[in-house]
Amino acid sequence: MTVAGAGEQPVKLDTFPRLLLAHARERGERPAIREKDLGIWQSWTWAEAAREVRAIACGLAELGFKRGDRLGIIGDNRPRLYWSMCAAQMLGGIPVPMYQDAVAQEMVFVLQDAGIHIAVVEDQEQVDKLIEVKDQCPELQHIIYDDPRGLRHYTQTFLHGLDEVVAAGRIHDQNQPDFIEQEVALGRAEDTAIMLYTSGTTGKPKGVCQTHGALIAAARGGCAFDGLNETDEVLSYLPMAWVGDNLFSYAQALVAGFTVNCPESGDTVMTDMREIGPTMYFAPPRVFENMLTQVMIRMEDAGALKRRMFHYFMEVARRCGADILDGKPVPFADRLRYALGEVLVYGPLRNVLGMSRIRVAYTAGAAIGPDLFRFYRSIGINLKQFYGQTETCAYVCLQPDRQIKFDSVGPPAPGVEVKIADNGEILVRGPMLLKEYYKRPDATAEAIDAEGYFKTGDAGFIDEDGHLKIIDRAKDVGRLKNGAMFAPNYIENKLKFFPYIKEAVAFGHDREMVCAFINIDMGAVGNWAERRGIPYAGYTDLAGKPEVYQLIQECVEKVNAELAHDAMVAATQVHRFLILHKELDPDDDELTRTRKVRRGFIAEKYAVLIDALYGGKASQYIETEVKFEDGRKGKVAAELVIRDVKTFPAVQGRAA
Amino acid sequence: MARKIGEVILDLRHISLSFGGVKALTDISFDVREHEIRAIIGPNGAGKSSMLNVINGVYRPQQGEIIFQGEHRKDMDTHAAAAAGIARTFQNIALFKGMTVLDNLMTGRNLKMRCNFLQHALWWGPAQREELEHRRKVEEIIDFLEIEHIRKTPVGRLPYGLQKRVELGRALAAEPKMLLLDEPMAGMNVEEKQDMCRFILDVNDQFGTTIVLIEHDMGVVMDISDRVVVLDYGRKIADGTPDEVKNDPEVIAAYLGTQH
Repeated sequence: MTVAGAGEQPVKLDTFPRLLLAHARERGERPAIREKDLGIWQSWTWAEAAREVRAIACGLAELGFKRGDRLGIIGDNRPRLYWSMCAAQMLGGIPVPMYQDAVAQEMVFVLQDAGIHIAVVEDQEQVDKLIEVKDQCPELQHIIYDDPRGLRHYTQTFLHGLDEVVAAGRIHDQNQPDFIEQEVALGRAEDTAIMLYTSGTTGKPKGVCQTHGALIAAARGGCAFDGLNETDEVLSYLPMAWVGDNLFSYAQALVAGFTVNCPESGDTVMTDMREIGPTMYFAPPRVFENMLTQVMIRMEDAGALKRRMFHYFMEVARRCGADILDGKPVPFADRLRYALGEVLVYGPLRNVLGMSRIRVAYTAGAAIGPDLFRFYRSIGINLKQFYGQTETCAYVCLQPDRQIKFDSVGPPAPGVEVKIADNGEILVRGPMLLKEYYKRPDATAEAIDAEGYFKTGDAGFIDEDGHLKIIDRAKDVGRLKNGAMFAPNYIENKLKFFPYIKEAVAFGHDREMVCAFINIDMGAVGNWAERRGIPYAGYTDLAGKPEVYQLIQECVEKVNAELAHDAMVAATQVHRFLILHKELDPDDDELTRTRKVRRGFIAEKYAVLIDALYGGKASQYIETEVKFEDGRKGKVAAELVIRDVKTFPAVQGRAA
Repeated sequence: MARKIGEVILDLRHISLSFGGVKALTDISFDVREHEIRAIIGPNGAGKSSMLNVINGVYRPQQGEIIFQGEHRKDMDTHAAAAAGIARTFQNIALFKGMTVLDNLMTGRNLKMRCNFLQHALWWGPAQREELEHRRKVEEIIDFLEIEHIRKTPVGRLPYGLQKRVELGRALAAEPKMLLLDEPMAGMNVEEKQDMCRFILDVNDQFGTTIVLIEHDMGVVMDISDRVVVLDYGRKIADGTPDEVKNDPEVIAAYLGTQH
């Protein structure tokens, strides 16, 4: 398998620094990375990027960074942070990106566990956080910042501007011109390239060590599979600490040589996307969902003619759009209608979404609603699901073109073996597996079995076409008192497919029935309320409105009706629910940083609500402490209403 | 703080202003030093906004003298004030609601435009270069105030807190020496106030802009200002550092009422 010019190189391109230097030689003038600064897109070519990385690497060496050291990286997706990552790898070090929105105390664990001496951070905000916890992290010796704004009066000697580091690096490079080449030559494919901390749905986070070899294997596989090459463009806007960003914006970019675009700020992603027009795009389902919600809200406010046109052609697209994309036979009349719709609706809509040039879009991380998935495919966006974890470089299964199924994640990707254990757990083996958990041989031994299979912790099965279907986290699958299988995620996902429901937590293990907490979607429900002239003062107030309860109750009943159709889960219809008085938030430890529900924690924190749900009460008073982004605390209190929901008898005959 | 407070840049002497029989300001004298943050406080109707209007020439005082950068004047003229580097924001936002944030900020550059109408209409040669230069300056302000995401949004569609920030940006676009802020934090929530405080301090710190502000939130005033002047019923009742003013019995009386 050859990939984008990487095949015929005499030197083995088996580490990221070697890949970077090769691109600088072969396509030195092509853009490697872009960033919008003062409203204008600035680009750096591969040759320029290589020079910058080299200077940063030398600068880090000046500060005493050595082979095997860990380099902390905290901030939004900025070119210089990606370069710092590569610079650390050049010296044989290990970059450790951290979630930039974590509060200082959450960073302490990673800083201590990884034993970080030097951290490169984006700006004053991150510098302040590190200064706050520096006493708890005695090993932290240097903090390097990218953006000097607001830091003029900081006098701490351990603070360095990245500009100074680069300047020192350039001098170092002049004095020892062979230094970098020697360091790069020492790198081996089996060296750890990066440490990514797992989100820690349970227990303390673990540092996953991924080698150059593993990441490059996953990136090569992915690029070859979907034909990604140097002409592609990607927008990097997801946290650098997340494995997906590392694969798409770093590993694949360095393998295929395509251009990475860094948005101006987190708030401008939509605008930046429209300006750049990426050809490859990744987003978790929630982002696709938000975009669709935005479109729908704006359509509701549009004129009657536009609205009718939109709904008519969306109906056409629903009927035949996905089939046209998959190359299946479609009646001529529908093809004609679709072509007209393409001109009037789909094309302009893709343009508004910044998706005009998309060749392939991916989603993963959570189940995507079939309607949502179908919507994007039907307007001509080649949206695919994939499956993977931090431990597998986000590379296990990929949906091939024209074989897209809404409820599976596709067959195993090239080079990957997938096996289902007796208890239903998915096991995987291949070159992309983690080397180890950092300083946790016990956890490593537990995760990888004797035959070299990694235990994913997900439950699933392989269908008749060889595609993998995921049901739930293996450990979350429980049983009701009457013995029926209870897969909470499955129910929650069905609930979350409604635009009005942002988050749901279902309970039922060892109980006689299923009950649920609901978080409403402030945007969608807020808009719904405004159009009906229902006044509200904020989340808590809106969540408690009887009209909103009625709306959510209808959603829950629809889910129950769907559940009743499937004999496997018909017993787990939702009997009672309540709408929480606050949004579940990672700052309050209720969600992980990747926004997965921390079930156990929530069950403990809101035990009184669960008791009320199962105790048959009609309402329950609760007072909760909330943490604000700046670390201050406040209280939210409310009397929560609990509603009973209609359930349906199981429909026989369609059981799988 | 490394910021150095300099010489007196604005000196107001014995200012009196009345509208017909109503005395808005009576014999008020105070000064503003270069690079400082000077607050004017006082209960409703104390004459704070009138004071700002005197400084930038909207009102002409019947008595008194204004010395700005060593130049003695009987009163200010709005154009002269703007040309001399005094910019201001208003209590009730004065922006072009239908125009984008970017265009509103560009209007703030008005006084700095050198080419004539025709040249700009043709957008040719020097006019083009000039506009690019102004645009760069405006982009720096957008970056400074962290409003990149609303660059192309019409101001009327923005929430109140952001409009206030845009107005500050519009004033900053004129690259003023002195910035007059009329209740920059009125009607904001705690978080918005914190943001605004940070921006005001940053403006003062990074550009060295002298700031005169009116504010009702005592916490804010005491936190960010170097010196405070207190007005009550058009008279000056106190003048000094926040600590001095806070403990002044007359100020306490004006705010809390006297014991009878």
